[in-house]
Amino acid sequence: MKLHIRGGRVVDPASGRDAVGDLYLADGRIAEAPAGRADRVIEAKGLVVAPGFIDLSARLREPGYEYKATLESEMDAAVAGGVTSLACPPDTDPPLDEPGLVDMLRRRAKALTRARLYPVGALTVKLKGEALTEMAELAESGCVAFSQANAPLGDTQVLWRALQYAATFRLPVWLRAEDLWLAKGGVAHDGEIATRLGLPGIPAFAETIALGTILELVRATGARVHVCRLSSAAGVELMRRAKQAGLPVTCDVGIHHVHLCDLDIGYFDSHCRLEPPLRSARDRDALARALVDGTADCLCSDHTPVDEDGKNLPFAEAEPGATGLELLLPLALKWGEASGLALAATLARITSEPARILCVASGRLAVGAPADVTVFDPGAAQRLTAASLKSQGKNTPFLGYELAGRVRYTIVAGNVVYEA
Amino acid sequence: MSALPDAEKLCAKLAAELKPRVGPNAAMVGIHTGGAWLAERLHAMLALAAPLGFMDIAFYRDDYHAQGLKHDPKRTRIPFDISGRELLLVDDVLYTGRTVRAAMNELFDYGRPASIALVVLADRGGRQLPICAQHCGAQVEVPAGMRLRLKRGVDGKLALALEAERAA
Amino acid sequence: MQRNPQLNANGELQHLLSIEGLPREVLTRILDTAESFAGVTEREVKTVPLLRGKSVFNLFFEPSTRTRTTFEIAAKRLSADVINLNIALSSQTKGESLLDTVANLSAMHADIFVVRHGSSGAPYLIARHVKPHEHVINAGDGRHAHPTQGLLDLFTIRHYRKDFSRLTAAIVGDVLHSRVARSLIHGLTTLGAPEVRVIGPQTLMPAGVESLGVRVFHDMRAGLKDCDVVVMLRLQNERMGGPLLPSAQEFFKHYGLTAEKLALARPDAIVMHPGPMNRGVEIDSTVADGPHSVILPQVTFGIAVRMAVMSMIAGN
Repeated sequence: MKLHIRGGRVVDPASGRDAVGDLYLADGRIAEAPAGRADRVIEAKGLVVAPGFIDLSARLREPGYEYKATLESEMDAAVAGGVTSLACPPDTDPPLDEPGLVDMLRRRAKALTRARLYPVGALTVKLKGEALTEMAELAESGCVAFSQANAPLGDTQVLWRALQYAATFRLPVWLRAEDLWLAKGGVAHDGEIATRLGLPGIPAFAETIALGTILELVRATGARVHVCRLSSAAGVELMRRAKQAGLPVTCDVGIHHVHLCDLDIGYFDSHCRLEPPLRSARDRDALARALVDGTADCLCSDHTPVDEDGKNLPFAEAEPGATGLELLLPLALKWGEASGLALAATLARITSEPARILCVASGRLAVGAPADVTVFDPGAAQRLTAASLKSQGKNTPFLGYELAGRVRYTIVAGNVVYEA
Repeated sequence: MSALPDAEKLCAKLAAELKPRVGPNAAMVGIHTGGAWLAERLHAMLALAAPLGFMDIAFYRDDYHAQGLKHDPKRTRIPFDISGRELLLVDDVLYTGRTVRAAMNELFDYGRPASIALVVLADRGGRQLPICAQHCGAQVEVPAGMRLRLKRGVDGKLALALEAERAA
Repeated sequence: MQRNPQLNANGELQHLLSIEGLPREVLTRILDTAESFAGVTEREVKTVPLLRGKSVFNLFFEPSTRTRTTFEIAAKRLSADVINLNIALSSQTKGESLLDTVANLSAMHADIFVVRHGSSGAPYLIARHVKPHEHVINAGDGRHAHPTQGLLDLFTIRHYRKDFSRLTAAIVGDVLHSRVARSLIHGLTTLGAPEVRVIGPQTLMPAGVESLGVRVFHDMRAGLKDCDVVVMLRLQNERMGGPLLPSAQEFFKHYGLTAEKLALARPDAIVMHPGPMNRGVEIDSTVADGPHSVILPQVTFGIAVRMAVMSMIAGN
């Protein structure tokens, strides 16, 4: 199968290429201009041709939560959003703590032939924060990293040992920084808004204290840690200093947290019930800047489909999370534009940067790299409605927003898996 | 609006008419707002022993379900025991009779008067209920779409006035 | 930001969910209307026919005898039919969702839902889902708001003090968990009270409470100085001996209202309490029963205020 993408604006953040031209794909890889005729020519005039997007956190809800979403529906959502690779956190039911489960999930995903799936294994058995999983074994069955997802790990002794063990096998650990005790019972950023609305708060120092602990343990163990969903300005500051000190740490920010803050909760909008909580406008701005200056490495959707019943509840009782796979591109573009970034720099946060963290060869358009490509119209605006979402989760605070950036073609391993 | 009768003269006429008829047991209640002004005058002119009562019939209106609660209802104050009294119920303009119906309902929630006589400054006709005034200053014709109201000037003088009916 | 869900397109009160966001004129109008109803409650016959044929559903997801009773009395004095539902003991435990419960009651032709719920914002969720002719009154949601209590507090203050523009009021105790405090603070600031103070230990103050327009005092004696109004908040016993407070004794010593501390306030200061009181924990009996106390009149005024709210929203 040979593909010729003709006349598009080819943007490859990894190489800095940003020029109108052609891209050739052959045998599942990015190729030189071929000798023979292409099997298919895609006219990309006026469109952007970019590496397929890589999302470090997308919940597909299988196994265990098929009533919220299925692998099929969410893989459809992924490719509709131009996402060609995604990492899924281990908070399924049962959690991804056994090689058999991981294996089955990968097989199911592969059979669907849509986006590439990278399972993140559970760091502790049943995510209970007590006993270590068979990380080495899980890695062999395909887990790319180990995580607690949003499950708390309060016992720092366990955390310490888990990082030591992961470091032994050079396995990456992905952690949310949130102190179990300080966050207990909280549902919103501990500040003026939570006070006005009478919502139990989670102070920003619940993040920095946990982050301080993680960073000290990284120093002690040498484990490779990726911090997930940074949420506060103070957290950004700690991360900046840790990176300056040369610690092997990276971090990401969720798409909602660079655009929204606790004020957006309005009159108890449960779509704004997220983990971590939306913090103040100042925190939001600091996160957006951290993503510009590289303190935060990449942007992820933190895709969490929740059914209507899970959201039609009083704010504190509503299930946290928002659907995100199909919003990754528009919200990345919105952030990039607001930050005055060149398109390549914006796209780096959802292509080459997450690829580096995942240690995969995709996320770039170099010859020989996997032929994962997304072709999109950056100017096409669309009003976001429940019906326009492929994901089974219609839960997003952005319903009704006019968002620019529409995916036209999604290509995985040289095959067109989505076109619109 | 020279066609309208002089409210001050009507007031004096009503007082003269009532004077020989009020017994020692009589008491007076005025309906907010115009009726209360008129009642204040009559009460003074007749020198009634019982203090003057005021009522706002907002809580007894029959158009609540369509119109909602009237803005700024005044407190009803009946500073005497109503039971066994010969009541003079005072309002400015008698029209459909619905206000009087509501006022009588409210009065009965205070006790059982011996009698109620209705005193109005002007009767503009158009009754929708079997109610009539025992003492009436004047019959006044009001053009369609207009409303007859009692006004009180800064000098305390009473005057009748016509104004356009508010759109519902 | 969405439109204020309490007001209809004409700016009239459709639901009563919170005092916050209500214009000063609306608050004043509720208090004025309550004044008229106070006259009704003093009569021999205490009912008026205003809400005849309307159904008021008392939906209490959290037990409360007092508030439920005052709403019930208020509704009955307006001639409404009252149905009490103690959901805490029925369908919710059988797994029926909040909105299903409301939809079922709505099918029984409700006009007003009086809702108490342990979760902040629950009445907003209900208000978003009821039919256009149905009205929701928040009777206390989580820590968020208790607007009718706030209104009756304002009514009481106005009754004894007339003028808000020179008022110094102090709210003492567990502000963190108090919906009563939040509602009263919004009411006082909206009506122009120049100084509203909150007094208590740091553990009982929510983050950034100053942003509500109050001054924070940790020293009760300093905080009570020259106050016209002292509002004591109820301190739940289960807060004791946890991470927030060591003991009732220590709390009473520093933040309990005694005659000696009250003497620091203005000589004609009034003392209020939303009830039920914990004597000897937040308030001394000599003060609770003393000449400054207006705690029982508060309860009486509460009925008139709730009559005013119900008759205003049911007519809009």
